[in-house]
Amino acid sequence: MSTLTYAVRDSATMLRRDLRHALRYPSMTLQLVGMPIVFLLLFVYVFGGTLGAGLGGSSGGRATYLEYVTPGILLMTVAATAQGTAISVAMDMTEGIIARFRTMAIFRPSVLTGHVLGSLIQTMLSLAIVVGVALLIGFRPTASPVEWVAAASVLAMITLAVTWLCVALGMVTKTVEAASNLPMPLVFLPFLGSGFVPTDSMPTGLRWFAEYQPFTPVIETLRGLLLGTSIGDSAIIAIAWCAAITLVGFLWARKLYNRDPIR
Amino acid sequence: MTTIPSRPAIRASTLRKSFGDQVVLDGIDLEVPEGTIFALLGPNGAGKTTTVQILSTLIGADGGEVRVAGHDVARDPDSVRAAIGVTGQFSAVDNLLTGEENLILMADLRHLGRREGRRRAAELLKRFDLVEAAKKPAATYSGGMRRRLDLAMGLVGDPRIVFLDEPTSGLDPRSRRTMWQIIRDLVAGGVTIFLTTQYLEEADQLADRIALLDHGRLVAEGTPDQLKRRIPGGHISVQFADPQALESAARTLGASTRDDEALTVQVPSDGGVRSLRALLDRLDGASIGVEGLSIHTPDLDDVFLALTGQPDKEKEPAR
Repeated sequence: MSTLTYAVRDSATMLRRDLRHALRYPSMTLQLVGMPIVFLLLFVYVFGGTLGAGLGGSSGGRATYLEYVTPGILLMTVAATAQGTAISVAMDMTEGIIARFRTMAIFRPSVLTGHVLGSLIQTMLSLAIVVGVALLIGFRPTASPVEWVAAASVLAMITLAVTWLCVALGMVTKTVEAASNLPMPLVFLPFLGSGFVPTDSMPTGLRWFAEYQPFTPVIETLRGLLLGTSIGDSAIIAIAWCAAITLVGFLWARKLYNRDPIR
Repeated sequence: MTTIPSRPAIRASTLRKSFGDQVVLDGIDLEVPEGTIFALLGPNGAGKTTTVQILSTLIGADGGEVRVAGHDVARDPDSVRAAIGVTGQFSAVDNLLTGEENLILMADLRHLGRREGRRRAAELLKRFDLVEAAKKPAATYSGGMRRRLDLAMGLVGDPRIVFLDEPTSGLDPRSRRTMWQIIRDLVAGGVTIFLTTQYLEEADQLADRIALLDHGRLVAEGTPDQLKRRIPGGHISVQFADPQALESAARTLGASTRDDEALTVQVPSDGGVRSLRALLDRLDGASIGVEGLSIHTPDLDDVFLALTGQPDKEKEPAR
């Protein structure tokens, strides 16, 4: 069998291992999907009326804000689940079984690809739940089936990127606690972008950051696909960001994994 | 290169490893013939685990050449990995999976087919007395069960060379004997075993050859008997029927230690048949009757103390 066949086969084996862990201990998964839902409800029902009025849409108020904030909440879901990945990678690296994997003739990064693929599946499920809640409380996207598929692809791309980055973060830290704190800024990144309010309402320095940070083009692309707002060059910038973060995250994670495990 | 008919399973020359400025292995040479048990014996911090980690491709060496199963560990680690099974000091099992799932995971990673993998897992569960616990998570296993699962996982791919890093440390005597029997059975099946231990009795019981590691250097190497013979302190103890016989024996034998209470004389000896016969001939020649006789050969504890200069447990890791 070729190297590629082994790579696929070993990654599939590690994916099964990862999913089995997730199924056996679902509390963290549930906790991670719970947080974005709480934020969604909080922002729509507590702040939504006022913030929606500020957006100045036709209907105004809460319904307008629900439409505006949902893509941001989706990104928050991606980041929160990736944070969980960092924690489970950090925990996994403390286990003796990892040393065993390193002494076996397997596709070496398969432990990591297993984590990433498992997280990708978990994140897509979490996103489906969050979208379901949004629809339940009145989110009415105008997307065609093709646009839905495109939106799901964009979400999968950013998930892959953030997850690879978090796998590396999970290994660069020495403790599980640090692994849970380090990706925290990612969860709040939608706030410092166009996730919750338009960037042109922000003061200059912050606005500059918000406009050029990677989550903003992704949010704008999602917004365009789901709600028909203009996408412009956001899509291409989003894809470039996703590709770059994925590459850096993967190479960094692989480098960290290939280090000699220190005694 | 010439091919040697029976190549060694493991061969290391001038193996070196440092962590920071702490030298852990300082030029080690090893050779383990196929189908034998080799024990690396040494106190805590001597470098035993590091040696296993290098030989099993977990970490790289700083210098020296290592060939395992005929392959260079640095240049062709995957060929080495395909030939070995490893059981670590800290059990390398997936705690969240059941015993059976752990074994099937190993079978999948060894690229056995689905049916073959299940068959192999069932066989190992039976062989290692884990059938009842097969469906329980490994986190709930006792120390002995966990160690057996750990070893079973290392054997899924039928490795020709098995590394056991302190396979019985922390086990109760019964589990330890079970583990010894498992190791003997493996060797009977032609497997080469490289084990580390800090128990002298274990090395003595199991190993064909023993190497003593101290401060990152091999201070002695040989069969258990060879090592014991290197150490003075062996003697023959002869017991007599009455004080008169003791008296004349002490006179006849000259330099010896006598114990008037026990009516014995202790004569320094290497414990060999030749020296025993010579001793008895001298007593016979003087017509002194012997009541009883015992031979004391030094045990590995004596060897260990003599060669490392300090008792096993009281050592601080080298600074």
